[in-house]
Amino acid sequence: MANTYEAIATVTVGSGGAATMAFSSIPATYTDLVLKMSLRYSASGPQDMRLTFNGNTSAVYSMRSINAAGSGTPGSASETAQTSTWLGSLQGVTASTFNNMELYIPNYTSTTTAKSISTDNVNEANQTDARSFLVAQLWNPATQAAISILSISVASGTFVQYSNATLYGIKNS
Amino acid sequence: MPKTYTPIATTTLGSNSTSVSFTSISGNYTDLVLVASPTTLANGEQFTMTFNSDTSSNYSATYLTGNGTTATSHRRNTQSNIIVDYYGAVDTTVKTVYIFNIQNYSNTTTNKTILITSRTGYAAESNVALYRSTSAITTITLAGATFTTGSTFTLYGIKAA
Repeated sequence: MANTYEAIATVTVGSGGAATMAFSSIPATYTDLVLKMSLRYSASGPQDMRLTFNGNTSAVYSMRSINAAGSGTPGSASETAQTSTWLGSLQGVTASTFNNMELYIPNYTSTTTAKSISTDNVNEANQTDARSFLVAQLWNPATQAAISILSISVASGTFVQYSNATLYGIKNS
Repeated sequence: MPKTYTPIATTTLGSNSTSVSFTSISGNYTDLVLVASPTTLANGEQFTMTFNSDTSSNYSATYLTGNGTTATSHRRNTQSNIIVDYYGAVDTTVKTVYIFNIQNYSNTTTNKTILITSRTGYAAESNVALYRSTSAITTITLAGATFTTGSTFTLYGIKAA
């Protein structure tokens, strides 16, 4: 039986923290990518996370999202022509509590089509502003390219020790 | 990682098609995952899912949708198919992301629940559907839109052990 769901690489943040978490030289030997993350940051209050591909910071990213906070009316938001794409926010209030997030990127090696991404981001923190985010993102550069670099950053502060991310490759045959 | 995420079949369209089916699905797995990344002939086309060629009123679904402005929820009961997303829809040029998780698809004692992740240029949705049948699922059909060349559909089998 083929092994079609393989761990490509894991990034774990050390004691000094990290401003970004990145995967580079992503092999083109799979069909889809899955990124699973457990993240916490060092600043106070909710902080936005952003994603770029291949170091591209042109205004070619867009997204639509739905979010819920456990009270009030769920919200929805969108962005167009951004220099990175929004992944939802992180909560850092409750000690020793990490946010869970998963990205799914089909057909990441295509050199002819834009890349659509599905993101689920949840942060339960036993306080009033825990949130869940479901996000549809698009990276549509002027010249389409296979994704070989993936970089995640947080708007303020750093990812703290023990934050980790594992990138998986999925083969369809 | 156990070797349980097995590709059963994959379809990459070489020409436009109004339906895509996976047939003769074996009962060897616990769950099924279907990953679809389609484009369609016209903007805003929605498509449906049915099982075992059953178009009786055995389907229902609940939708959680964010279209970029507002968040809403909807229901469809006693339907002849599952409309995959309520507000989201496929695009002519941008490949969208659909992930279907079909739990316990081969059991013959309970109805089947399907979790649908739909992420398109029109909306982000997470939906749940029910197929009220105790038959094992052996055929999956996506239809109702004209899927265009290059659209991809892959069915994976997941084993619990």
